Amino acid sequence: MTLPNIQKQRITEYLKEGKRFDGRNPEDYREIEIEVGISKNAEGSCSVKFGKTEVYAGVKLELAEPYPDSPDEGTFMTTAELSPIASEDFELGPPKIDSIELARIIDRGIRESGFIDFKKLCIKEGEKVWQIFLDVYAVNDDGNLMDAAALASLIALANAKMPVYNEKEGKVEHESSKNSLPLNKDAMAFNITFHKIGNAIIVDPTAEEEEISDFRISVAVADNDGEPRITAVQKGKEKPISEEDMEKILNLVEDKFKEVLPKINKYVWGK
Amino acid sequence: MSAKKSEKTESLYKKRIDGRKFDEIRKVKAKVGIIPSADGSAIFETGTTKALAVVRGPRTLHPQHMQDPRKGLLRVHYSMMSFSVSERIRPGPSRRSQEISKVTEWALAPCVDLDAFPNTVVDVFIQIPQADAGTRVAGINAAIMALAHAGVPMKEMASAVSIGKLDKTLVVDVNKDEEDFDEGEGSTDIPMCWLSRSGKIALLQLDGKISIPELKDALKIGKEACKKIHDIQVKALKEVGKEIGE
Repeated sequence: MTLPNIQKQRITEYLKEGKRFDGRNPEDYREIEIEVGISKNAEGSCSVKFGKTEVYAGVKLELAEPYPDSPDEGTFMTTAELSPIASEDFELGPPKIDSIELARIIDRGIRESGFIDFKKLCIKEGEKVWQIFLDVYAVNDDGNLMDAAALASLIALANAKMPVYNEKEGKVEHESSKNSLPLNKDAMAFNITFHKIGNAIIVDPTAEEEEISDFRISVAVADNDGEPRITAVQKGKEKPISEEDMEKILNLVEDKFKEVLPKINKYVWGK
Repeated sequence: MSAKKSEKTESLYKKRIDGRKFDEIRKVKAKVGIIPSADGSAIFETGTTKALAVVRGPRTLHPQHMQDPRKGLLRVHYSMMSFSVSERIRPGPSRRSQEISKVTEWALAPCVDLDAFPNTVVDVFIQIPQADAGTRVAGINAAIMALAHAGVPMKEMASAVSIGKLDKTLVVDVNKDEEDFDEGEGSTDIPMCWLSRSGKIALLQLDGKISIPELKDALKIGKEACKKIHDIQVKALKEVGKEIGE
């Protein structure tokens, strides 16, 4: 997308007065819509909409060999697909840096928080473990794919059912289980991405806002007895962050955490 | 509240494995001008982590459709040599190396001024022959020296360091043994890059578990450590071809 200069100027001018084109305040999210179970063959799946941005996430489990350095732990792999269905800017072909970065941020946020209990995914130490595949597809990109994809990932994992390993036949039965994945509910971390435009720090940017922002910083945050615990950070884009902005963002993380956590819990656990 | 309780209990990481002070960087070596065929080159070592950086360009960018008629493009290619870690790495780009290349590009971009070089590219190649944690920050430290050595117009310098939180202790410039620390709250890795003039943060990543006040402290400590690294980089640039050690 190439935004006309006049549009860039106006977005920045509006934000000077604390206003956005869609009527939101700088620190407001768009309306979030969740649909669980968009694919019956997936162990867990969902779609998440942030305004016009939409992503699908699906979880599949397969048998795999464990890694040599953690023979008693299951494995986890995240991919993100930014295909041309979602935006005129996306092209076919092997994954480019945008989707690699997106997948790695989601992967780290989940892995480092301790959300998945990998030890419980071990079937036979050193030989057989469950491998979790988390695949995220952008369906429509109107900005903030990062946070939408991260939320979709949590919901897909929380709603996934374990397949059953039929040892006699050496087969995996995908339909016959009611058990959830081994997850540590308390360790769940969710993602908040901030963008800087002009002098404003905003959350949940539209594609237009994302296009003109100076930098972004994504912070994955978990609940540590009511206090925010940061589990992953990634700064993106070319412009650096001043110390004042960094301070402001970390304070915003604290505020947003308290405001958003109950909602996230509701989306992920249904209550 | 366990968060408040934990402040009172002592950290399980009381003494650094290699005997350094908590705010002490490893033994640093820096040398500018190591690869004769390059336009600019440098090596930066911290402990046993080694990063080579080579700069080629500004040169015409191909394919042509990637050219920018307003300014030159900065492109970073980070990779680890296959034998740089105990278990061999398959040569060629990985998802990890592509991400590190991108965040390094973002870290270096505010330092260079390529407005006078439209349609060109400045390529920065970073290679890690020996890894003991902190390779991306060592790569940045080498790359910025190589860019200056190549005579690329610069606005400021960049210095990078990785701050670790081991259980509850913040330490500067973590090595592999520390990165693998898994007692208590385990190990949190926070690579960061500070700019010399504007005093801004050009790279910030984090993996692990940390509170907001602790992260604020980590940034402060990191900024101080980067000042020391900056001094070494400047010294190495003033004495091209000479190994500068700390």
